[in-house]
Amino acid sequence: MATAKPIERLERLGRGTVEAVSEIGFGAVLLVQSLMWTVVGKARRQPVRMSAIIKEAMEIGIRAIPIVAIMSGTIGVMLAIQGIYSLRTFGAEQQVTYGVAVSIVREFAPLITGILVAGRSGSALAARIGTMKINQEIDALVVMGINPVRFLVAPALLAAVVMMPAITFMADLVGLLAAGLYIAVELEMTLAAYWSQVIELVRPIDLFHGLMKSVLFAILIVMVGIINGAGVTGGAEGVGRLTTRSVVHAISAIIITDMLFVFVTTR
Amino acid sequence: MDPMPHASPEETPPRPPDPAARDAHGGEVVIRVRDLVTHYGDRQILKNVSLDVHAGEILVIMGGSGSGKSTLLNHLLGLLRPTSGVIEVLGKDINTSKESELTEIRRKFGVAFQGGALFSSMNLLENIMLPLYEHTDLDRRTMEIMARMKMEVVSLSGFDDLMPAELSGGMIKRAALARAIVMDPRILFCDEPSAGLDPVVAANIDDLILDLRDATGMSVVVVTHELESAFKIADRICVLDKGKVLTIAPVDEVRANPDQRIQNLLNRRTEEEELDPEAYLRRLTGEKEP
Repeated sequence: MATAKPIERLERLGRGTVEAVSEIGFGAVLLVQSLMWTVVGKARRQPVRMSAIIKEAMEIGIRAIPIVAIMSGTIGVMLAIQGIYSLRTFGAEQQVTYGVAVSIVREFAPLITGILVAGRSGSALAARIGTMKINQEIDALVVMGINPVRFLVAPALLAAVVMMPAITFMADLVGLLAAGLYIAVELEMTLAAYWSQVIELVRPIDLFHGLMKSVLFAILIVMVGIINGAGVTGGAEGVGRLTTRSVVHAISAIIITDMLFVFVTTR
Repeated sequence: MDPMPHASPEETPPRPPDPAARDAHGGEVVIRVRDLVTHYGDRQILKNVSLDVHAGEILVIMGGSGSGKSTLLNHLLGLLRPTSGVIEVLGKDINTSKESELTEIRRKFGVAFQGGALFSSMNLLENIMLPLYEHTDLDRRTMEIMARMKMEVVSLSGFDDLMPAELSGGMIKRAALARAIVMDPRILFCDEPSAGLDPVVAANIDDLILDLRDATGMSVVVVTHELESAFKIADRICVLDKGKVLTIAPVDEVRANPDQRIQNLLNRRTEEEELDPEAYLRRLTGEKEP
């Protein structure tokens, strides 16, 4: 029995690796199929319906606006407080706008939006797909001649890819505004002066950098949600387990991708 | 002018019967299964299953738990790929068909799942209308009328706006049937249509299946373990046991079959398993078979 344990561990590691690789492969296939159905769906008499995209856009984007706005505003104020505190050491607190504005636009707005949407909509997507799977709704789609990727995945993906940059842009504005309000009060600066500094300092490439990341996060959130949802087994307990796993995976994937993106594009 | 104009699927005239797709009695065969073998991992689930389903008949697939009847149904629906064997539905081998061909075949059959498989985000009318919405170019009003006609057939008129969570067990089964027949399929599959229902509602579902077959002439494949229901609706019964077909015969012949396993199933007797001490010991210790 003593020799069996390392072998068992090795076997578990092997199984886990194979599982992870197959999930990544499954995600890649889903992504390619979603794009394919978006392009050729109409010709194959199975279009990706605009009504389905709008429904998903409401869920992923519009309904996430309040929480994203509150959190990005909070982070804007927090960055302003920390920025003024640290720059005061050098007597350079007037330079806070640069640090805050660039940090929000390049990093914090896309990241906080990604994390919130992953926690809110990614988990909901995983739970919905998982519940559909155990209720045989996915099988029902297949036997009705309705491709589940076209019907379920493509609308969610398209909606996320459109809505994530949109709400990230909104998070940029709210975060900058909230930071500006604090800075204006703390440093006795007018809001107009703050905005003109922001416009001067934040280049279009900074904005583009953040929005590009949000598109990547959108793809990750949807794919992780769908992969986990499709992997549900064992009824309601399985749905709960995979939903939690989906949130953890999506947030981890977002942070790692963020780091890699920054590493590749910023150095 | 194109001498062979391409017709849309709705306009395609019925295929002339393929001589090969007829059984020994000359009846048109809509489903032909030959030597179907399937495994879950190392475990063999179906063992050389062969059967035919004829046009207009109700074939009931019966068997105890673990007999392989649900697996067989999933194969007939093209949801599982077998290890070996042939499954022809409406003359096409669904195991070798391309996805687009399979989709075309699937448009000609309807499936009523055991739990209904109604989409929880859609109301009853939208659920029943979905196949029409996805596969036809009809305007919404016409689709609604067609869906309501099917709801009338299954006695669900007036419940358009109810969500699946608000329906009773019997209503879910009837709604699943309405969705399954909304495209007027040639073959209807029903998975445990009366399971979990009280006797009156179950009898109602059985009558509904008979009426649908009589009115439309569709073939019906029913998977069930409800004996009463099977005897009432079946033209022929296929009895499965441990993945093997024990018999496929009309109801009376099945009842009179002397095979002990069939009689056990029909009379709800448990099978007395001969005790193998070696196997019993292996089960207790969790060791694998040598």
